[in-house]
Amino acid sequence: MASEAYEAVIGLEVHAHLQTAAKLFCGCTTKFGAPPNDNVCPVCMGMPGVLPVLNKRAVELAIRMGLAAHCEIAPFSLFDRKSYFYPDLPKGYQISQYELPICKGGYVELPGDGGAPRRIRLVRIHIEEDAGKNIHESNASLIDFNRSGVPLVEIVSEPDLRSAEEAVEYLHELRSILVYVGASDGKLEEGAFRCDCNVSIRPRGSSELGVKTEIKNLNSLRFVEKAINYEIKRQVGILESGGRIPQETHLFDPERDVTRPMRSKEFANDYRYFPEPDLPPLRVPPAMVDEIRAAMPELPAERRARYASELGLGGYEVGVLTREREVADYFEAMIPRLKNPKSAANWVMTEVLRIVNESGKPIEEAVPPAAESAALLKMVEETKISFNAAKTAFAAMVKSSKSAAATIEELGLVQVSDEPAIAAACDAVLAAEPDKVAEYRAGRDKLFGFFVGQVMKAMGGKANPKVINEVLRKKLAG
Amino acid sequence: MTSDLHKLTIVEAQARLSRRELTARELTRACLDRIAAVDSRVNAFLTVSEDAALAQADAADARINAGGAPALCGIPLGIKDIFCTRGLRTTCASRILENFIPTFDATVIERLREAGTVFLGKTNMDEFAMGSSTENSAFGPTRNPFDLERVPGGSSGGSGAAVAADECIAALGTDTGGSIRLPAAFCGIVGIKPTYSRVSRYGVIAYASSLDQVGPFTKSVRDAAIMMQALAGIDPRDATSSARPVPDYLRALTGEVKNLRIGVPREYFVEGMQPEVERAIRGALASYRELGAETVEISLPHTEYAIAAYYLIATAEASANLARYDGMRYGLRVEADDHIGLYNRSRDAGFGAEVKRRIMLGTFALSAGYYDAYYLKAQKVRTLIRRDFERAFERCDLIATPTTPATAFRIGERTADPLQMYLSDIFTISVNLAGLPGLAMPCGYDDRGMPVGLQLIGPPFGEETILRAGEAFERAFTPRRPAL
Repeated sequence: MASEAYEAVIGLEVHAHLQTAAKLFCGCTTKFGAPPNDNVCPVCMGMPGVLPVLNKRAVELAIRMGLAAHCEIAPFSLFDRKSYFYPDLPKGYQISQYELPICKGGYVELPGDGGAPRRIRLVRIHIEEDAGKNIHESNASLIDFNRSGVPLVEIVSEPDLRSAEEAVEYLHELRSILVYVGASDGKLEEGAFRCDCNVSIRPRGSSELGVKTEIKNLNSLRFVEKAINYEIKRQVGILESGGRIPQETHLFDPERDVTRPMRSKEFANDYRYFPEPDLPPLRVPPAMVDEIRAAMPELPAERRARYASELGLGGYEVGVLTREREVADYFEAMIPRLKNPKSAANWVMTEVLRIVNESGKPIEEAVPPAAESAALLKMVEETKISFNAAKTAFAAMVKSSKSAAATIEELGLVQVSDEPAIAAACDAVLAAEPDKVAEYRAGRDKLFGFFVGQVMKAMGGKANPKVINEVLRKKLAG
Repeated sequence: MTSDLHKLTIVEAQARLSRRELTARELTRACLDRIAAVDSRVNAFLTVSEDAALAQADAADARINAGGAPALCGIPLGIKDIFCTRGLRTTCASRILENFIPTFDATVIERLREAGTVFLGKTNMDEFAMGSSTENSAFGPTRNPFDLERVPGGSSGGSGAAVAADECIAALGTDTGGSIRLPAAFCGIVGIKPTYSRVSRYGVIAYASSLDQVGPFTKSVRDAAIMMQALAGIDPRDATSSARPVPDYLRALTGEVKNLRIGVPREYFVEGMQPEVERAIRGALASYRELGAETVEISLPHTEYAIAAYYLIATAEASANLARYDGMRYGLRVEADDHIGLYNRSRDAGFGAEVKRRIMLGTFALSAGYYDAYYLKAQKVRTLIRRDFERAFERCDLIATPTTPATAFRIGERTADPLQMYLSDIFTISVNLAGLPGLAMPCGYDDRGMPVGLQLIGPPFGEETILRAGEAFERAFTPRRPAL
């Protein structure tokens, strides 16, 4: 994308909310959507004299993510204070991890387009608390501290990404992993998954790093793609006109699809990190890591490999089915009831996902349960109903919430496979069209479809087309 | 009619309360009257909560009458204005919190409430506990009851003076570099800084988190043991609090010091020390020998670096701890055109000169490019100081030193020279850096009648040892009361 002459070098810092019931350092709920400043207490409001107490569940979830990303889990890590002034930061510092994070190294593998998977190395994963949220109104700014103290992991990649598309692919994969291991719900629209992008360019073939621009706080994958592409183009423009790229922090402006530099006052450049004296060092005994490792669910990459090898699904299908864990779970719940997993795959990718995407709701709310989907396909497999009848029934079930069996019955979609009845209908059609029969027998093969249509029409569309075909062929061969 | 009820110790008051010879209301009334009579001169209290105190006293009387009331039930206390008290103004002696009313209690306040104590009010202090004389209070200095022209020590000077002036039976303080022991020494009473982590810091407005510790001011060592019993113990809201079981401190007071090895550090008898202080301390050591204890000379070789290390670590932590006072959610707010202007103006108007000085020092010590040379180096010194004590305690059971090189100085004498002021803590600061327990108690008086404080330092969780040694000394020493 960059240009013929330049290559983009991109590293991402992803912030993901950890799915804990309580905040990182107090007992307040992390539930999203409460009225402003409802989920707060003296601790997450930074009142004088309060102290943080670490939520163990957050540590477990961070370790899960670390294991999923092949990180080294540190037996000893520290919390640090990161100081800066901002109205949404109640203590004037954020409790984070600096020199000794809980997870070090590791990598995430991107499936790639059929070729070898691409490995994106991680620098670290650490635990920190979220800040509140500033809400700017025309004549005042308000602050909502509900989010203050919600646990986050920050996942920092090496600058291993080479294009905006690859960055988006990486984010998809990271998000999948977080959701698969139950560390995060990955809800972008609730600010539960955000990212900062470090973008630089360099002449193709060079191994040196150029001066980077940091683009802050992107909360949609679409924005990430647009912001990176804009930034690459901007940097190429500067270099090609003989300029130099200054090290800057930018904000993406989604209204105009551009990035603009932040005023230096808007961000601190010396965070004055030092170890948090209110929290003892975090010690993770090997037994705890072993326990978490033993309970790890299947990861997206493992599921992809299984779908490809055991079910014989292609790369594209595998990708679509596994990206969202709920979708993959839905698909898997269908398979045991069916002879052909591919029909289930097609069903999920077309019928199910179409309705899910149109509704914007989670899969369990948008469509009938997997068992009902499987029941419909089973009827198709058993030639009890036609594929089109299955689609018609499914659409009705989305609205009615009735079972597959009841819906097929109600709509009269049961297919007639009764051979004598079909044979009688065939006889009637052939008897009524002696000219066409003669033409067909003289070699106009195309008329076969016409006869099928006539028979189907005569049987009210409910006849099994396969049986019609067989019977007609026999009779026309005469 | 004047009563002498306010002069009682906890032990004496307890005895009379349990025998129903005295009610908590009478005792509280006596203290409130004493405050009314003398506090315009002493200025120990920033807030007196008379109505709430009398209500607490009535509740205590009901508990006592019902039987089975806890040891401290009905005892009127002064509370340093650094402890968050639900519904009661908590200023930390700063303009920035002048009208701050907490919505919650500090853990120790909660414990004292449950124990049935009575809170007379909030006592004066150096702003945010930064100081050695209580002259840094935004609301005027507290005066030493032994000589109103002299300081009571700091930073818990209000609590120290209030106990010395019999305005309360006991009081609560905090000690970051000597802030309990220094006022106890200057005011001729008993004060303990427990082992770091022994008492919860939750709800105690933080100055330097790795050094701050809560402790009592009392009129006797026995009273201090009773207070410690109520204060100590793990708190699920303070992740740094110790899970170690709390011993029975009163049982430690056997009066027995035979064969106790008392370490005397040669670095603590410095040139320029007030001769009467040295004389009183040497006298106390002689008393211990007479009681059968053994004194051994020890060395704490890194003592001379303690002040420098302390003023880097404490200020670094303070610079972050005080960042929350930004005018956004509570406290003083001075409006401006943008939020940065609001910060600047609120903090400029809200903080006093010493607080600003320490925030700047700490900010500097943590800044990129200086961190290694200052903060990190200071942490290394801290480790060396801790090791000094570890080595010393291989040779002795406790350490005895003067609490301060001189008795209480005159108000205004050291305000012009911060460094001179910082040196007041020269004998107390190492104890905080090493996280050890330290007890200060009167052991003599100088030529002007100002108290001299003996400091007893124990190994980690050695509160029982220093209480025992202190109480044994107290049996043969009668402290003077100030004439107010």
